[in-house]
Amino acid sequence: MYAQLVETGAKRVKSLDEMSPEERAFQEKIDAEVKIEPKNWMPEGYRKTLVRQISQHAHSEVVGMLPEGNWVTRAPTLKRKLQLMAKIQDEAGHGLYLYSAMETLGADRDEEIEKLHQGKAKYSSIFNYPTLNWADMGAVGWLVDGAAIVNQVVLQRTSYGPYSRAMIRICKEESFHQRQGYQILLDMMREGTEEQKQMVQDAINRLWWPALMMFGPHDDESPNSQQSMAWKIKRKSNDELRQMFIDQTVPQLEYLGCTAPDPDLKWNEETGHYDFGEINWQEFYDVLKGNGPCNRERIKTRKNAIDEGAWVREAAVAYAKKQKQRAEAA
Amino acid sequence: MTQKEALTEYLLRLADSDMILGQRLCELCGKAPALEEEMALMNVALDLVGQARNWYEYAAELIDDGRDADKLAFRRDAHDYRNLLLTEQPNEDYAVTMGRQFFYDAWHYFTLKSLVNASDERVAAIAAKALKEVTYHLRRSSEWVKRLGDGTEESHRRMQDAVDILWRFTGELITPDETDRLMAEAGIGPDPEQLKEDWRGLVKEVLQEATLTPQPDDAWMYLGGKRGEHTEHLGFILAEMQFLQRAYPDATTW
Repeated sequence: MYAQLVETGAKRVKSLDEMSPEERAFQEKIDAEVKIEPKNWMPEGYRKTLVRQISQHAHSEVVGMLPEGNWVTRAPTLKRKLQLMAKIQDEAGHGLYLYSAMETLGADRDEEIEKLHQGKAKYSSIFNYPTLNWADMGAVGWLVDGAAIVNQVVLQRTSYGPYSRAMIRICKEESFHQRQGYQILLDMMREGTEEQKQMVQDAINRLWWPALMMFGPHDDESPNSQQSMAWKIKRKSNDELRQMFIDQTVPQLEYLGCTAPDPDLKWNEETGHYDFGEINWQEFYDVLKGNGPCNRERIKTRKNAIDEGAWVREAAVAYAKKQKQRAEAA
Repeated sequence: MTQKEALTEYLLRLADSDMILGQRLCELCGKAPALEEEMALMNVALDLVGQARNWYEYAAELIDDGRDADKLAFRRDAHDYRNLLLTEQPNEDYAVTMGRQFFYDAWHYFTLKSLVNASDERVAAIAAKALKEVTYHLRRSSEWVKRLGDGTEESHRRMQDAVDILWRFTGELITPDETDRLMAEAGIGPDPEQLKEDWRGLVKEVLQEATLTPQPDDAWMYLGGKRGEHTEHLGFILAEMQFLQRAYPDATTW
């Protein structure tokens, strides 16, 4: 789940009777599970919401490279280094792929990136947390990619064709990342030293709650969800997805031999789900507003990369122009 | 020096150079001038570290003292590292990053092109796979040198500066020592004179097209990497790269 609190601009969902004929035809198509393609008519709100959601998702992939980049120079073995490099490369690829999907909606990649650098666009809150020990590379793969998959598997059926197809491709790679991440933790827990085991538990303690926050606020605090659900941009509610994630993750946590930093986490025989404690929502909103541990650093790094690379991009454009002129003159 | 010793030494040079340059590229993660470059840099780094692993594995078998590829990469100190000085130079700006890559790729390409015909089958097999990757690396870095050299006024100035900064580390690529000669005699490594000619020829051609000026062939050259005498940079690279293995020496699995 790399998109949180995506603004739809709608105060409430219109009924079919209230819609214009175009809107109604559009909604009926969505209700019939027909994919919307770039050249189809779509309500402006739908287009804008998708641009916001897909760009958030793309930004998250790109900013998400940074917490891993923090360890790629310190990976402990050749195998782990290669795995982490491949994962980071995949993420850059996902970013590119998602920006392309977004551009089919008439948005411009550079403009959206500029909004990110000005602090006007969101990306997943999770990437504002620091990666402090090597086990974080396992925990990020397992919990963060794991949470992302829970959401993205559902988004494979999202109503917008290019986004849906991007999700299908991305999910395959994310599942691979998640297994790799879990394996890092499992190897350390099974064959590692006491210090390594402590690293694993420490990583889980720090990343557990932020991973749960990735699903966004409670459903009743999520005013945009209803419209997104009606448009099938979103297919399951935040709380439903969070519960799915917890239910699948807790057995994996136990298999590791680790614990979650949540005294209220326990199996509920009646509901057939795990109960869990309340998320610290103040922290969630603080991070979203820019007051997480690494918000400033993440944006600064991305902004510097693009600003300091301006002369490189300009040179590439100038060279291409010269080449074209030479070809025409020849 | 026996031929086996020379081969071991030679393999470590190949491995260490790939490893250190790959490490330098890893430092750029999230900092490339465009998302496409982000992917390409990581792709090249991935190839290099992958090749390093193959060379290390073969070297570890020849050394046969219980150390594996990881031990060779993460538990040797700077004086035991045999990488070319060029590879350990800092990223600086994108002109230096790409200039360093180009000088290395040109050397790497001609070296591997010769190694695919090595009398040692294992070397030939590793080189064959690597050559495919490095052919792409060379095409890419040559293109960037041309783009930056013949791009804007600023990029030209930066690219020329990069050539001037890096030039003194290029002599090592084409100055053979005893190991290089023994490898050539054994029908494994490239003929040193041929390598020198090929490297200089290609570099001059690309620089000329990029409207850049190379320094003279007889310019002073900084040597030493191949015998373990490095610039001050390598110690810091290894301190970072080997941190976990050094801080937790009892850990046997990661």
